[in-house]
Amino acid sequence: MTGKINNVLEETGNQMQFMSGFFKNIFRQGFEWNEFIRQCYIIGYKSFSLVGITGFILGFVLTLQSEPTLKAFGAESFVPSMVAISVIREIGPVIIALICAGKISSSIGAELGSMKVSEQIDAMEVSGANPMQYLVVPRILACILMIPVLTLMADTLAILGGFTASNLGGHFTFLLYFNKAFDALTFSDLLPSVAKTVFFGFAIGFIGCYKGYNSNRGTESVGVAANSAVVNASLWIIVLDAIAVQLTSIFAYS
Amino acid sequence: MENINTVRAINGNHKEAVVQIKGMKKFFGKKKVLTNITMDLFKGENLVVLGKSGQGKSVTIKCIVALLSHDEGSLKVFGQEVKGLKDDELKLLRTKVGFLFQSAALYDSMTVRENLEFPLTRVLRSTDMDMINQRIEEVLEGVGLLGAIDAMPSDLSGGMRKRIGLARTLILKPEIMLYDEPTTGLDPITSREISELILEMQKKYKTSSLIITHDIACAEITGDRILVMNDGAFIAEGSYKELESSPNDLVSSFFK
Ligand SMILES: Nc1ncnc2c1ncn2[C@@H]1O[C@H](COP(=O)(O)OP(=O)(O)O)[C@@H](O)[C@H]1O
Ligand SMILES: [Mg+2]
Repeated sequence: MTGKINNVLEETGNQMQFMSGFFKNIFRQGFEWNEFIRQCYIIGYKSFSLVGITGFILGFVLTLQSEPTLKAFGAESFVPSMVAISVIREIGPVIIALICAGKISSSIGAELGSMKVSEQIDAMEVSGANPMQYLVVPRILACILMIPVLTLMADTLAILGGFTASNLGGHFTFLLYFNKAFDALTFSDLLPSVAKTVFFGFAIGFIGCYKGYNSNRGTESVGVAANSAVVNASLWIIVLDAIAVQLTSIFAYS
Repeated sequence: MENINTVRAINGNHKEAVVQIKGMKKFFGKKKVLTNITMDLFKGENLVVLGKSGQGKSVTIKCIVALLSHDEGSLKVFGQEVKGLKDDELKLLRTKVGFLFQSAALYDSMTVRENLEFPLTRVLRSTDMDMINQRIEEVLEGVGLLGAIDAMPSDLSGGMRKRIGLARTLILKPEIMLYDEPTTGLDPITSREISELILEMQKKYKTSSLIITHDIACAEITGDRILVMNDGAFIAEGSYKELESSPNDLVSSFFK
């Protein structure tokens, strides 16, 4: 039992140390712009289709599911705003972050894990270069930038998906739908949800890098690194979301 | 081990030690990997450490560049105690010590050219493209692989990867070279070529080299002096000829 507690404390300590290493290296001279842009491309652009399809279907399904219920109350004109609010406040950021944890955290974990196992990270360090600065900082920063962008795109497509679903029944024109959807939205819906995706992005990049960078020797540890990156990043996202919801309900909606 | 200091006598004059290790110990948890390492690497020599696998050879040289930190004893490189160096002092020391990994450890997402550029742009922070290209060509020519400059590491054979790894290390003009099993996993002919290349590069770049191996042929070609390691300590020292006729079974078993 004490052994387990010790392990958890040690792991937390190591993560804190890794995190402070990350923050220190952001501001070191010689920021890796090229690598940052390359990572934004890999992390962001290459996830567009996955995230886009997910967003669209999210809005589509949500609309189809809620329409009959609201119709029973004669409130089907509230469908657009209900979908918009629930997607933008909560479902969009969380679902997209979880999907990105599966796609991005695991691939960062596997990539850095295999670099660790094949001694490439050691080689960088021994040559006097700084692997934190070259490998870790650009990846985490790219996640911090790209996850909010991906989420906003998914939100937009979700509303489009909602419109498509409503339009199957021919209730709304495009303009009417969007007016109804955006009427219900305020700045206090958008700002906290974008703010939390920044933290989700950090969690996705940070956990992926941490697990990969600290994977053990031996080839099977690459798989372990990728797997535990997904599990831990997902957990972080759920916990961060719970905290964010508490904070926003205190500050934004009161 | 009886007479580590007699080396000075062998060479006839007093030599400067670039790496000095005294009573170094290293544990992983409860497991004792290095029990007592005492050795000097003298300026300009090729020192071979011979030992079966799992004896702690890699751990020893990883301690020298502070990839691992030793638990007890003293370890000095260029007269500086490695433990307790500050970040920038350690970085400076690492630029003067080259390390060729067993796997060559080429950055596999980069071309050969980018692999060689990396130490120049990230360690020396050089931006002079003429100088960079000139150095890359010079060092690739040295290892005989100028034609592979735009290849990806995954397209290269084991021997070629070792050569590129060597080139990437030499590009910073290190004063000390550490080789971790440079010939392991290669066929006998390629092994011989790599051993001869090590010798040639040592003459050209005037490095002091520590070569770790279990390959007796490599030890014969490259070594001025050989230390035999067993269970985390050295059990014999001498030239190839001297060790060949050693009465100790652990030593003579390498020569069969
Ligand atoms: N990072 C590490 N963690 C735990 N044990 C290690 C580590 N590195 C090496 N060892 C152990 O130390 C011993 C010596 O390893 P090594 O120096 O790699 O042997 P070799 O002489 O073949 O190079 C081995 O038993 C190995 O399992
Ligand atoms: Mg080894």
